[in-house]
Amino acid sequence: MSVVHLEGVRKTYRSGSIEFEALRGVDMRIEEGEYVAVIGPSGSGKSTLMNILGCLDVPTHGAYHLGGEDVSTMTEAELAHVRNRRIGFVFQQFNLLPSLPAWRNVELPLVYAGVAGAERRERAVAALERVGLGDRTANRPGELSGGQQQRVAVARALVTEPDIILADEPTGNLDTASTNAVLGLLDEVHASGRTIVLITHEHDVAARAGRRLTIRDGLITVDQVVPAP
Amino acid sequence: MTWTETLRTAWDAVRSHRLRSILTMLGIVIGIASVILTVGLGQGAQDQVKDQISALGSNLLIVSPGSSTSSSGVRGGFGSASTLTLQDAEAMDDHVAVPDVAAVAPVTSSNAEIDTSSTNWTTSLVGATTSWPQVRRRSLASGRFFTAKEVAEGAKVVVLGPDTAEELFSGPTSPVGQTVTVGGTQLTVIGVLASTGSSSSGTSEDDTAVTPISTAKALTGASSSSVSTIYVEARSGQALSPAYQEINALLLNLHDVTASSPDFTIASQDSLVETANATNKTLTVLLAGIAAISLLVGGIGVMNIMLVSVTERVREIGLRKALGATPRVIRRQFLVEASLLGFAGGVVGILIAAVGAEVLPGLIGQPVSLSALATAAALGTALVLGIGFGVYPASRAARLTPIDALRSE
Repeated sequence: MSVVHLEGVRKTYRSGSIEFEALRGVDMRIEEGEYVAVIGPSGSGKSTLMNILGCLDVPTHGAYHLGGEDVSTMTEAELAHVRNRRIGFVFQQFNLLPSLPAWRNVELPLVYAGVAGAERRERAVAALERVGLGDRTANRPGELSGGQQQRVAVARALVTEPDIILADEPTGNLDTASTNAVLGLLDEVHASGRTIVLITHEHDVAARAGRRLTIRDGLITVDQVVPAP
Repeated sequence: MTWTETLRTAWDAVRSHRLRSILTMLGIVIGIASVILTVGLGQGAQDQVKDQISALGSNLLIVSPGSSTSSSGVRGGFGSASTLTLQDAEAMDDHVAVPDVAAVAPVTSSNAEIDTSSTNWTTSLVGATTSWPQVRRRSLASGRFFTAKEVAEGAKVVVLGPDTAEELFSGPTSPVGQTVTVGGTQLTVIGVLASTGSSSSGTSEDDTAVTPISTAKALTGASSSSVSTIYVEARSGQALSPAYQEINALLLNLHDVTASSPDFTIASQDSLVETANATNKTLTVLLAGIAAISLLVGGIGVMNIMLVSVTERVREIGLRKALGATPRVIRRQFLVEASLLGFAGGVVGILIAAVGAEVLPGLIGQPVSLSALATAAALGTALVLGIGFGVYPASRAARLTPIDALRSE
């Protein structure tokens, strides 16, 4: 069964009398363990697709099944639980809370999942060790480099063992060395069997993924499986 | 998410904006401290009045002259008439006609300048009889009170209040046996009263000079036998009411007036306490009302800052929602944060009020009594203010959609 299954998904934004159709009927399936890059220029609808895939927004038309659950008709609170259980986000802006040390940023999803304190800390530290930051658990984001901050964010995405990791331009704010480190980390995460959806506009970043979806004007125009090098 | 988690998150947020949190709390702090102190001041004043009045003696009735009407028809206030006389007092001292009265002390009062060879002092000059110390519950620190013989003769003797003695004879020598001059007449100081301990400014019972009533009349040139007040001590607390009836009947009869238009008033200690408290209460309610408004302003301050905080932390809210926080959890987080500010402000306000209650009496000469009830109520109010004014910002935070929140820069 597909982890992600979109059927005829449309998304219309309305501001005043102007209607804008950001997605115009997207069908796609992502299987478990796939590493998919969604590539497209800005304005192509890729952010909208990312929001819908991440359950941050619901489609205007069409159906979205995530891990077998129909999420297109859920309430806001139900969506929050789905995000918490099934999705690990990695954002371009890292989105770490500056006042909290790394391990407390990582444990945040577990707090909302209702996991007890001691177990949270254990799992947060384990996730940080997995991304190579076992010695930085007590540092605040301000005391870490950009690449390290994004690794903390990856650890936060991994800590709940989600169905998919959703990375939105994860290297957009990083230099080349950090970019390679973070992409290498995502490769490792994929190698360990996790499903990753990476959204980017850079072809060399997209080249790390085994499958490339090109989106243009609200439609998926190319679905290309790249053989492993 | 458990309550402890919510509390921890709220505490983190309050701590990470330390200066802002302190400034926000300041409104609540000032409001709570002023409410507690105002109520404390009012309570203190009431207690003081009660103490002063019960120092008069609990079995005491105070008979004052009624109002007078001048020939032009202008009516004076209570006490303006000179209808009470020494004869009234003597009549009240009759154990057969007025069995519930234990002692009667007629008093004249006026202001007089007292001179010594080196200084002078103006104080209230009280003319009294020998029963005065008993009825007014006063004792002597040194020397003696005057005798019935001295009252009858109009002897040139005076008993000074402790404050008056201090003003006139500041040296180490005892005032007893010294002479003072009032209006050209030399008086010998035969005693000094013990302090009543009451420290109310202005009308101190300790700043007075007591002479035989006959002497006082000679000094002030009053020829009639009228007196200012007649203090009556009933036999017991239970006898207060019958004593009141007996005196009332006696005076109505003696003055030949009807009960509907008496020319005197009889007050008991209870009625004095009641009157004084009514005045005090009005003032306390007024001041506490003003303080409560400042508390309200403090609450609005909390709401203002919470709204700023929601706007400023849109990204944080978006992130928390993306990570699985439901609208309810977000709302609760901001509510707890607001009530934490209110509660902390309340605690600090109570501490400041407690310090103020220690320091203020020394500065303004007014006692402050803090009540546990008022303090608990103030703390509750602070908490309710925090929650109440946190509702709107919290629901705004809860309504933010995660994408809008995440997208904002």
